[in-house]
Amino acid sequence: MNAVGLIFRREMGAFLRSPIGYVIAATVLCIDGLLYNAFALGGRPRLSAEVMHDFFYFSSGTTMVAAIFLAMRLLAEERQMGTLVLLRTAPIRERDIVLGKFLSALCYLTLITVATLHLPLLVMVHGKVSWGHLFVGYSGLMLLGAAALAIGLLGSALAPNQLVAGVTGAGLLVLMLVLWLAARVADPPVRGLLEQLALHARHFAPFMDGVVHLRDVFYYLAVTFFFLVCSTKALEVRRWR
Amino acid sequence: MIQVQDVTKLYGERRALGPVSFQVSAGDVVGFLGLNGAGKSTALRILACDLLPSSGEVRIDGKDIVDQALDVRTLVGFLPDRPPLYPEMTVAEYLRFVACLRGVPAAHAGERADEAARRTHVDRVAGAMIGSLSQGYAQRVGIAQAIVHRPRLLILDEPFTGLDPVQIIEMRALIRGFAREHTVLLSSHNLGEIREICDRILVIRAGALVAAGTEAELTAHMHGALRIEVTVRGSGATACASALRVAGVTGARVRAEREGLCDLEVDAGDDVREALCRDLVSAGLGVLRLDRAQRELEQAFMELSRGEGEAA
Repeated sequence: MNAVGLIFRREMGAFLRSPIGYVIAATVLCIDGLLYNAFALGGRPRLSAEVMHDFFYFSSGTTMVAAIFLAMRLLAEERQMGTLVLLRTAPIRERDIVLGKFLSALCYLTLITVATLHLPLLVMVHGKVSWGHLFVGYSGLMLLGAAALAIGLLGSALAPNQLVAGVTGAGLLVLMLVLWLAARVADPPVRGLLEQLALHARHFAPFMDGVVHLRDVFYYLAVTFFFLVCSTKALEVRRWR
Repeated sequence: MIQVQDVTKLYGERRALGPVSFQVSAGDVVGFLGLNGAGKSTALRILACDLLPSSGEVRIDGKDIVDQALDVRTLVGFLPDRPPLYPEMTVAEYLRFVACLRGVPAAHAGERADEAARRTHVDRVAGAMIGSLSQGYAQRVGIAQAIVHRPRLLILDEPFTGLDPVQIIEMRALIRGFAREHTVLLSSHNLGEIREICDRILVIRAGALVAAGTEAELTAHMHGALRIEVTVRGSGATACASALRVAGVTGARVRAEREGLCDLEVDAGDDVREALCRDLVSAGLGVLRLDRAQRELEQAFMELSRGEGEAA
C-alpha cells in the first residue's frame, strides 16, 4: 500500500474509533434535521424543488462547519501529540501526508452527508423528487465540503494546536464566504473578481437548483487544490524553521 | 556512518546549534551529553531528517540528508523525547502501520512488527490499546517503532525519561543489545546512563560541541590525568611508594587511613589499573577496591557543560 493509502486508512480508523468523529456526525445530522423541519418543510405549502433548494442551502452551512471541525484535528492534533515527527521522519513526502489526511476527512464527510439522504427523500411522501436534482445537490455539497476541508487543513497545518487550527480554518473560510460582501462595495473589475472568488454565493447557488455549470465545478476543484498545495508548503517550510 | 560538517541550525535569529562537526563510525554507540536546552534534540532531529540544517552538510551512509532525504530516512530509526504513539491503536496495529510507513513491504510488515515487539519485550501487550499502556511499555513501543524497519542508524532522544529504576536497567540492556546490529546515537542529560551505555561521548553546550571522546579521554582532557581510587589493606606509605613505581603514574596520595585500611588517590596519564593492581599485590598489600574515580566524569561534565571558567 502506498503512503497516501496508509495514512488514509489510519485516519479513517481514528475518525471511527475516537468520540470526536461521532460527535461531529451526530451534531451535523441533528442540526440538519432540525433546520429541514423548521425551514424546508415548515410554513406555507411549497413545490418539491423549493424544499430541495432550501435543504441544500442549509446543508451547505452544516457541511462547511463539519468540514472545519473534521479538518482542524488532522495535522494540529498530530503536532500536539508529538506524532507528526513519525510522519516527517518516514520516507514519504509532505504531499502524501496532506493528501492521505484530506481524503480520509473527505470520505468521512461524505459518510455524514450521505446519512442525510433520508431528509430530501421524505419529500416523496407528498411530492416528487428529481433524482438529477438530488444528485447535483449532493455533488455540490461534496465539492463545497472538499474546498472547506482544504481550507481547514491549511489552518491545521499552520496552527500549533487544534483550537487555533479551528479558529484559523474558520477565519479563512468566513473570509472566502464574505468576499461577495466586499464585492458590493468594490468597483469593477475588482467587483467581478471578488464575486467570482466568493466560496458560496455565486458558485453554490446553481447546485441548490439542480443545475451544474462546469465553471463552478472547476472553481471548487481549484480552491481545493490551491489550499492543499498551501498546506503541503506549510508543512515543508516547517522543516526549515 | 555519520559525517557532520559545520552544521548550524537557526530558529529565527536564535542559534540553536553549531557550527558543529563530528563523525560516527558504523556500530558505535555514541552519547550526546548536555544540559537541557544545550542543542542535543536539535542535533538529533537534524540527523533524523525531521529538521533541515540552516547551513553545513550532513551525510548518513554517504547520502546527503537534504538532497537524498527519502533514502536517508529509510536508514534511520528515530525515537523522539516523547514517543510518537497513537493511543487509539493497538501495539500490533501500530507497529505494522509504522513498518509499512517506513517502506517495509506489506507482506513482511506483520513479521517485522512481531520481531520488533519481541526484541523490545512488548509482545505480551501486542493486543492492548496504546493509550492503556504504562510509561515503561509506551517507551518500549516507541523504541519498537524505531527498529521495526531494521534501520542502520538508531537515534534515541532521552530514552530514559520517565522510567523507574528497574525500567532504566532493562532499557539500558535493550539499547546495549542494539549495538550489535545498529549504530546507536542517544542523548541524555543523565551522565550515569551515558557512561553505562556509550562507547563515545559528545558533550554539547549552548549549541556547540565542546568535547568528544571516550569517558577516559574526556576526563584526561579536562584534568590532564586519569584519577584512580584505591582501597588497600596495609600501610599508606607503602601503597603510595608502590603506586609511584608503576609506569605512567604521575602522582599518588593517601586520602584516609583507618583500621588498617588505606584509601589512595592515584593520577595517571593513561589507564594503568591492571599494572597498578599487580604492583600493589606484589608489594604485599591486599587490594580491596580499585576503580576510576566516580566523580571524575561528573566533574568533567559539569565543567564542560557549564564552561570551564564558570565551573571553577
